[in-house]
Amino acid sequence: MKQLSGRKNKRLLDNLITYGIVVIAFLVVQFIQAGGGLSSSLKGQLVPICCYVVMAVSLNLVVGVSGELSLGHAGFMSVGAFSGVVASVALQDLIPLGPARLFVCMLIGAVFAGIAGIIVGVPVLRLRGDYLAIVTLAFGEIIKNIINCLYIGVDGNGLHFSVTSEMALNLAEGGTAVIKGPMGATGYAKLATFTAGFLLVIVSLVVVLNLIHSRAGRAIMALRDNRIAAESVGIGATKYKLMAFVTSAVLAGAAGALYAMNYGSIAAKKFDFNTSILVLVFVVLGGMGNIRGSIIAAAVLTVLPEMLRAVGEYRMLIYAVVLILVMIATNNATIRQFFAEKLHGAQEDGKMSRKGAAK
Amino acid sequence: MLLGFLNNLINGISLGSIYAIIALGYTMVYGIAKMLNFAHGDVIMVGAYVCFFATGSFGLPPVVGVLLAMVVCTVLGVVIERLAYKPLRQAPSLAVLITAIGVSYFLQNMALQLWGSDPKSFRSVVPTGSVSLLGGQISVSYVTLVTVLACVIIMIALTAFTGNTKLGKAMRACSEDKGAAQLMGIDVNFTISMTFAIGSALAAIAGVLLCSTYPTLMPTTGSMPGIKAFTAAVFGGIGSIPGALLGGILLGVIEIFGKAYISTQLSDAVVFAVLIVVLLVKPTGLLGKKISEKV
Repeated sequence: MKQLSGRKNKRLLDNLITYGIVVIAFLVVQFIQAGGGLSSSLKGQLVPICCYVVMAVSLNLVVGVSGELSLGHAGFMSVGAFSGVVASVALQDLIPLGPARLFVCMLIGAVFAGIAGIIVGVPVLRLRGDYLAIVTLAFGEIIKNIINCLYIGVDGNGLHFSVTSEMALNLAEGGTAVIKGPMGATGYAKLATFTAGFLLVIVSLVVVLNLIHSRAGRAIMALRDNRIAAESVGIGATKYKLMAFVTSAVLAGAAGALYAMNYGSIAAKKFDFNTSILVLVFVVLGGMGNIRGSIIAAAVLTVLPEMLRAVGEYRMLIYAVVLILVMIATNNATIRQFFAEKLHGAQEDGKMSRKGAAK
Repeated sequence: MLLGFLNNLINGISLGSIYAIIALGYTMVYGIAKMLNFAHGDVIMVGAYVCFFATGSFGLPPVVGVLLAMVVCTVLGVVIERLAYKPLRQAPSLAVLITAIGVSYFLQNMALQLWGSDPKSFRSVVPTGSVSLLGGQISVSYVTLVTVLACVIIMIALTAFTGNTKLGKAMRACSEDKGAAQLMGIDVNFTISMTFAIGSALAAIAGVLLCSTYPTLMPTTGSMPGIKAFTAAVFGGIGSIPGALLGGILLGVIEIFGKAYISTQLSDAVVFAVLIVVLLVKPTGLLGKKISEKV
């Protein structure tokens, strides 16, 4: 009993450290910003960093905790982004207050992404391994393609949809076309703020960390470690895997809405396969199943290309080399042993969650 | 109506043949190394660039250009395998996947630095012209003929190679069980290197054929056909050589038909939708082996 409560305390401390890092990072950035010490390019990165952190944390729930490789996470971000933008224009008069509208839009984005998550998850989660990966990739591409030829307009009568052209929307006087096929969405207010991003990160951390440490979370991890054994003790695979998948989609949708609101326009091709891969890179580099690692990796790797601007056009080349070297170094037996000896004990938790994660 | 259908079918088979050749590279590497080599699409792009400069800037004959592209890609494939993938032989497969993505970024950006981002207009390695069929109602261009022919020859050669030669048998042994293959005296590392060499040489051919049919060449040229071919490999059952052919051709035909009869913009969505339906009915692809789970 004593040991159990000890473990609980350790977990609490662990979670507090994670929250602490985020809060301190937020305060430090606010402080530097107030002092004017932030370059404009870095300032523009603040909201995207929050979005990518949420994306990485939510993808980690699927890839690290649930153990299913998903290559279409950007698809859910896309659904959230575009439904959020449409909501923002439609609710312009109803909710004039910016932050309140942003909140509602993120909520709507999250709901739509969640619905997409259920539609995708039910068939996808029947498959295994690489086949599951390719189907999530396929869904991501399909979502991108559909949004690419979707036209949505808003006027006094409500929403108008079309898949052919802007003219076919038949908008009344004073109506605006929000999503214009391959052009994407334009002409909406930039509502995103760094504070909103910070709050979204905290909310997603609360959701994900609580889910992981709940009964459902343990069931999800049991299914990851040994599906057959878990099913034989009565854990329903589809239910719990779907729970992780949809939660992840919901968070990605909210992040997508926030991301879109940070810019004046957004196109479907922003959320393509490369974006999915980018987020997957954050998750793997941060450590599978390690939420804190995802946060740090997402923040550092979003800022890194900006930092590398000093070396100009070679920055992506360096980024690629760094990526390869980090992967080789972290999987090198000698280096691993060295770190294991240095951080003996402290690493126990990380090791446990990494064991047997997604193939 | 029927003529249009036949024309689309021919175009589809031509595009499908290119996908099939690329998919072979994916499927062979997956079969042996159990890794998704995401950099494969970019090797295609490198092959096309090499051929472009060999025939365009140095005025070499097309055959020499293709051979040169094959040599360069083979060396590139082996070097990539040695430097980036070999140290990760024992690592979890996601780590290898991310490394492959790193290599893909590297190749794309290297091409961007070396050759610039402006699209180059690729001059076909096959003479222009066409064969008329059905009294001139349907014309099949030489490029299409060469593409389909190349695909058929490669398929037959590969099947014979994996079935009869010593190295081919070693490859099959490695894909069955690496440990057991090693105990039988097979040099596993050498076999894997050779698989990468063959896959990359095929990628060079695919790159040249792809750009001969669709003549815009950019550093990102390889990535979308790469993803499609990967899809084709899964479609047919990854790890299976006839599966790659079947998946590639079907994918090409579906894409062209989708473009012609449904919507140009939605053709990719149609391709992926068909893939999803197929995988839901046959979870290991059309010709994939069914793996029973052991407790």
